[in-house]
Amino acid sequence: MAKTKVIEIEPVSRVEGHGKVSIHLDDHNNVQEARLHIVEFRGFERFIIGRPFWEVPVIVQRLCGICPVSHQLAAAKAMDVIVGAKKLTPTADKIRRLMNYGQIMQSHVLHFFHLCSPDLLFGFDADPEIRNVFGIIKKMPDLAVQGIMMRKYGQEIIRATSGKKIHGTGSVPGGVNKNLSVQERDSFLKEIDQMKKWALGALALAKNYTLEHIDMVREFAAFNSSHLSLVREDGALDLYHGNLRAIDAGGNIIFDQVDYKKFNDYIMEEVRSWSYNKFPFIKSRGHIDGWYRVGPLSRMNTIGFIDTPEAQKALEEFKGLTKGKPNHMSLAYHWARMIEVLHCVEKIEELLTDPDLQGNDLLVKGDRAEEGIGVVEAPRGTLFHHYRVNKDDQVTYCNLIVSSTSNNEAMNRAITKVAHDHISGKPKITEAMLNHVEVAVRAYDPCLSCATHALGQMPLIIEMYDVNGSLLERKGKCL
Amino acid sequence: MTRFMEEAAIESMAEKVGDIMRNAFVFNIDGVGVKGKDGQTIMDAADQAGIYIPRLCDVEGLEPQGSCRVCTVKVNGRPAAACTQPAAEGIEVENETLEIFNWRRDLIRMLFHEGNHLCPICEASGRCELQAMAYRLGIFQPAKYPYLQPVRPIDASHPDIMLDTNRCIRCGRCIRASKDIDGKNVFGYVGRGMHKRVGVNGKNLAQTNVHLDDRAIALETCPVGCIIRKGLGFFTPIGQREFDRAPIGSTIEKAVLKRGKK
Ligand code: SF4
Ligand code: SF4
Ligand code: FES
Repeated sequence: MAKTKVIEIEPVSRVEGHGKVSIHLDDHNNVQEARLHIVEFRGFERFIIGRPFWEVPVIVQRLCGICPVSHQLAAAKAMDVIVGAKKLTPTADKIRRLMNYGQIMQSHVLHFFHLCSPDLLFGFDADPEIRNVFGIIKKMPDLAVQGIMMRKYGQEIIRATSGKKIHGTGSVPGGVNKNLSVQERDSFLKEIDQMKKWALGALALAKNYTLEHIDMVREFAAFNSSHLSLVREDGALDLYHGNLRAIDAGGNIIFDQVDYKKFNDYIMEEVRSWSYNKFPFIKSRGHIDGWYRVGPLSRMNTIGFIDTPEAQKALEEFKGLTKGKPNHMSLAYHWARMIEVLHCVEKIEELLTDPDLQGNDLLVKGDRAEEGIGVVEAPRGTLFHHYRVNKDDQVTYCNLIVSSTSNNEAMNRAITKVAHDHISGKPKITEAMLNHVEVAVRAYDPCLSCATHALGQMPLIIEMYDVNGSLLERKGKCL
Repeated sequence: MTRFMEEAAIESMAEKVGDIMRNAFVFNIDGVGVKGKDGQTIMDAADQAGIYIPRLCDVEGLEPQGSCRVCTVKVNGRPAAACTQPAAEGIEVENETLEIFNWRRDLIRMLFHEGNHLCPICEASGRCELQAMAYRLGIFQPAKYPYLQPVRPIDASHPDIMLDTNRCIRCGRCIRASKDIDGKNVFGYVGRGMHKRVGVNGKNLAQTNVHLDDRAIALETCPVGCIIRKGLGFFTPIGQREFDRAPIGSTIEKAVLKRGKK
């Protein structure tokens, strides 16, 4: 009988957080199976039980240093329900939206310019010595600077709306604690044209890369799947609020305009023996076929249109590639991400010229509830927060489905496909081959620390084992 | 104002001035002459002179208790708590020496290590005197001591008020306020030694006659995030909280700067 070897990749560098990829090989170096493992710290849920509910939007930001704002907003939306705030004031709603656009912009920009551009610009198998952000700084300093400046712009928006770049306190149950001052508004408006120019440039880069490498992109870690996201009532892209829509691989609606407070009727989570991470699936399709993808690519697939002109143009081109059918290519996440950056910039501009942002009516309250669910579109996809709060105001139940958890099955399929295509049967396993696996994981921009609800961050690891479980090789690069 | 009232006012003022003159004396804090009068503590006199002596268990309006020792100064070479030590003619007080600075830093550090203080998620952040004192004394990260990580209860039973003893520094301010000002005795210590913490006289807060209007519950009473008013956390934006605007102690220092300029 042929023996199996296992390769594990550790850590998958340039992925936020830490985890491990294991690749099982037989004697002929044929890939039997590839898996993404994520180390689990269930510290978070334990910590939050018993805490007063108004602390939650602040506490949950400890989950993730990269998208704390998405957690803040999802938790605040859940706590809006707890305090009976049915509809926020226009100022509160728009301040939160502004915060969210700033957040998605800065997260996408960091991922594209600093974590992914080395693969795209130098090639997946380029010398790892130059295939990194320092290579970009050396070879393409302008691009590196744009990345830094755009990220900073997004972060400054977060600071202005939330008080701090990370771990701010802007969203409170029932609204926000501050508006946007005229000075803050004006300083953002001054730079908005520059941001738009750079966003268009980054979009062109991602698009051209995809089109120039279309044969590879069509194949690389590509597989059919369902897609899920929030959409606005009219089907437009809405990154802060909306109803759930899921489509199958052919683009047919599985469910649409589902109130996210009822998400438990539509989505379940499966536990698998080899992973601490849960595998969510769409109930009606069962746990085998019900898995789905979330995030920028999925959003481009589920939505009908984008309500800002430049991003809508970009969406049309994007959809043109697959003739309006869902796009299933993992590497198309990059293009989708840059469409969203442009959309965020356009939305930020729209909001900055809205006088509601200087309003003083910040909070609403109503009848107290015991259960609250909040959902937003985070940079990496749909983010679910679900809490119960007792009559003494303490949290008694907390369940989060983070975007990277929703993409768990997809990421496992992506690395399996890449391992088959690029490692199977090769006599020697090279760094470049392993980097292909990482590129596949990285396309999803998984935030592994928050997928495991760790307080803080942890490292991702590739290791190879044989059938007897002995370690053959171990690759690890620190972030 | 009638002539009679004017005269009475002038007379009483003259009496006060006389009092002050009779009992006034001078002593030194770090070599600077400071006026004191009978009945004043070193801290009172320093405050009036615009010299800030760090403190935690002492607060305006409550009897000093002298328990936290953060206000430790040296009086003629011997350590004493400035909040309880009477000021006296001619004494030499050391306040801002390196030795005393380090004592204070250690005391503050130990308070962080002894309780459960996660400032980024604490609603007292920005108005908390312990945190502000750490900043003033240049403590930006934990050091030296192990975290004790005690398991401490939260009392959330009361509809308006919550007690998170994870953050209690046993300053006794709530106890004194409740006893001496509210006349209620809602709070008291429970446990001994390092397990001593604040507790309530009753099964829980809901079983006491505590009220939001009590001085014990006033924001300025509990220096940390232990006594909390429910549902109001994080309503003050970052940047507008008390110690975002000015470091702890600066109101005392500034008040005199202003007077000095006149
Ligand atoms: S009570 Fe003060 S020191 Fe303790 S966690 Fe809160 S802010 Fe920090
Ligand atoms: S509850 Fe607050 S005021 Fe009372 S002893 Fe503890 S820290 Fe001091
Ligand atoms: S302030 Fe003097 S001992 Fe606490």
